Amino acid sequence: MTDNTYSLVCGMEVHVELKTVSKMFCGCANNPFHAEKPNIHTCPVCLGMPGGLPVANRTAIDWTIKLGLALGCTINQVSKFDRKHYFYPDLPKGYQISQYDLPFCEKGQLNTAEGAVRIRRIHLEEDTGKLQHTTLDGRKVSLIDFNRGGVPLVEIVTEPDITSPAHAKAYAKQLRDILRYLDIADCDMEQGGMRLEANVSLRPVHKTQLPDYKIELKNINSFRFLEQAIHYEMQRQQAALEAGEQLHQETRGWDSVKNRTFAQRTKEAAADYRYFPDPDLPPIELPDEHIATIQSSIPELPAQVVVRWSDQFAVDPRFGLPLATSPENVALFEDVFAQLTAQQQSPNTLASDLHNKRLNISANTSAAKIVAAFQKAHDTAVLDSDELESIISAVLNKNSDAVKKYQNGQTQVLGFLMGQVMKELKSKPDAQQVRTALGKALTT
Amino acid sequence: MLLNTSISQLEQSLQQKKISSVELVTEALSQATAQNKTLSDFITLREKEALLTQASSLDAMKKPKSRLHGIPFSLKDTYATKDVLTTAGSNVLQSFIPPYNATVYQKLLDAGAILIGKNNQDAFGHGSSNENTDFSPAKNPWNTQHIPGGSSGGSAISIATRAVSFAIGEDTGGSIRNPASMCGISGLKVTYGRVSRYGAVAYASSLDSVGPMAKSAEDLALILEVIAGADPLDATTATRPSEPYATDLNTDMKKVVIGNPKEFFAEGIDPEVKQIVLAAAEEYRQAGATLEEVSIPFLEHSIAIYYSLAMSEASSNLARYDGVRYGASRDAFTQENKRRIMGGTFALSSGYADKFYKTAQKARTVLIEEYAKVFQKCDVLLAPVTPTPAAQLGQLLNDPLTILLEDLYTVTINTVGVPSLAIPAGFTKNKLPVGMQLIGKKYAERQLLQIGHAYQQRTDWHTQQPPTIGTDNDR
Repeated sequence: MTDNTYSLVCGMEVHVELKTVSKMFCGCANNPFHAEKPNIHTCPVCLGMPGGLPVANRTAIDWTIKLGLALGCTINQVSKFDRKHYFYPDLPKGYQISQYDLPFCEKGQLNTAEGAVRIRRIHLEEDTGKLQHTTLDGRKVSLIDFNRGGVPLVEIVTEPDITSPAHAKAYAKQLRDILRYLDIADCDMEQGGMRLEANVSLRPVHKTQLPDYKIELKNINSFRFLEQAIHYEMQRQQAALEAGEQLHQETRGWDSVKNRTFAQRTKEAAADYRYFPDPDLPPIELPDEHIATIQSSIPELPAQVVVRWSDQFAVDPRFGLPLATSPENVALFEDVFAQLTAQQQSPNTLASDLHNKRLNISANTSAAKIVAAFQKAHDTAVLDSDELESIISAVLNKNSDAVKKYQNGQTQVLGFLMGQVMKELKSKPDAQQVRTALGKALTT
Repeated sequence: MLLNTSISQLEQSLQQKKISSVELVTEALSQATAQNKTLSDFITLREKEALLTQASSLDAMKKPKSRLHGIPFSLKDTYATKDVLTTAGSNVLQSFIPPYNATVYQKLLDAGAILIGKNNQDAFGHGSSNENTDFSPAKNPWNTQHIPGGSSGGSAISIATRAVSFAIGEDTGGSIRNPASMCGISGLKVTYGRVSRYGAVAYASSLDSVGPMAKSAEDLALILEVIAGADPLDATTATRPSEPYATDLNTDMKKVVIGNPKEFFAEGIDPEVKQIVLAAAEEYRQAGATLEEVSIPFLEHSIAIYYSLAMSEASSNLARYDGVRYGASRDAFTQENKRRIMGGTFALSSGYADKFYKTAQKARTVLIEEYAKVFQKCDVLLAPVTPTPAAQLGQLLNDPLTILLEDLYTVTINTVGVPSLAIPAGFTKNKLPVGMQLIGKKYAERQLLQIGHAYQQRTDWHTQQPPTIGTDNDR
């Protein structure tokens, strides 16, 4: 926002397909994106045939709770599935099995670099089939592929806490990272494995109540588009509000070619989904022990890992975060950092090199190989310590002002002094060795 | 007529090679074919050749697959049968051939029983006269001017006329017991969760129950042994193991307390029906049972509770017949289907759900508690099945409200989820059968069958056959 007249009110709804082996309510393979043909992963249950009955996938339930716990949610110890009724050709039962008033998870929070976002609820439901509008033998037809029908789908709903387009992007990205880190979803945005929706409206800055309209931005398949769409929408809405226009509830899509949102659907009235508890599925009881077991299966999350790395290895969290993409990578880099520390080399330099693409490593590599690649790149011939000490002493003499500042607690001058020493050194120096020696010279 | 004998007798004769399954199937098919023109109890009869092939291969086996090995039966057309038309009595599914089997059918197939055909019914189970079918209305074999009851009317007829040895009906609010009573046969509505519903075209999921229909309690016990039990395909089946229902059917009636719920004998009951059921109670007293008058005051609300729930669930379950699949559009629903879909849609709508659906759920809990209280005083309840004997054809069709009241004595049992056994108890002056029901505690099927068996040891109502219909049964 270029001026301070309005502030953004924004909450998000994100749908994510879980990567369980089988579908949510039947034994069909959950493999919608790599199926050889349409409608091969189907059965009487996910096709909604007469007499078909759902049986809930316990793994999908456990994973939903896992996500909820990772986001600090409260878990409802008694939960249930409800039927949500609406007519659409990709919904073979005429209702979707979802969760209405007792979702598995409620009241969590995700902290991002752009600020915190409260999670209102996380519930589990079944995905719908996929419609394909195409031309067959010169005839316009709509085809339905039910390979996706019945795939477990979690919906993560936030409070309207998002304050900027960058905040929305940070939230969505971090959510994806957590889902992948927990190894419960692939989050393939192109294929629709993760679908972003942002509810966007503006209110005058001095007001606190929620605006009387909201624009639902749908069909956004990248984080960049999400940021752009919200940004565009803020400007569009501000212009409209300033022109005295009354904005109405509507669904808009993002046109990534023209870089603008466009109206898709206006809601005449609230849909009546006629929710009621699905009588085919008994309520789900989640005793404390079960929740505790799931809790104990959650690995240390990236946000916690980078704080620890900062303490333990002096790795800047900005460089650490991109390395903490999975528990396997965390273990790998811990190993690397430990080896470097043992050799008095800087883990932070490595992390920074990787972040700045000064060092490239291939996937599935070993800690030893990473350490070797790092050392080769830096060609860190160990300096003769006498030579190093004399250069340091010369630099300190020449820069007595800086030394005084350092001794008065302005430790940031260390970087400057480091630079001066490095300039004097002929061979490619090991920064860690230099820093250690310089530190020692300054404190004695 | 071979099929006039009990399943255990047939089993014995088959084992001793006195008769063959081929003979049983031949007799069943010829009887069914002959009477179907008049009684319309079948929607589909299987091809003779396929039946004979199946029967002779069963005859050739050295070891029987189960006690039902080689025995002919029929299914209400609500059960999915692979490669066999499954209509649920509705034009909406007039060309639906399922690619899968209902669990109950699969279990019977595995047990070596032979499916003769699929029985007529009220479309989607909506009705208790079998007149709400999209096929020819079925007729009562005791008097073809009368309804056979419903919705499992076709199955009750096929057993009464000995066209099959037994059938599987489906009971949501009385649909097994009502036609059993009106056609003079025995039928068991099981505890909710005792038998898998997988593959049964749903009417109201929290009320639907899959149960056997046959000539006697003894036969029912044999069938229940095969079909009961947990099913990984139905999350609402009970994990509690099933019991050897047929092993020992004898019970000491002196230890049994039978409750007579007074509301079931109050205003609105036909005097003949009342007298017949009270006579049955007297029979039990003479057998040594203790009779106790009990009360279920909430019965007066049972119709309202039941129909609020049943219609709500029906409106949801039938949403899948949206015209996109199965080849028929929504105007193929019967008037009765439409009434229930509209009623249920209304009851679940925002602003009305609290008043109807949610209130009915609360009332259901009260009813469950009332039954629990009554069962502290007695082992079983003895009650009529319907207030009146079988009505004349057309009598109820134009009076949708009266047909709902016909269900007064049966619907609470489904709402509460307990089992109920309907068995023949006598005849009216006009020679129409009248049944009674024995209602038990949850999972008390074995006890009900024993108590029913005790009555059938002392009476012969269940052995009586309707007048001969068709021409091909003079063996």
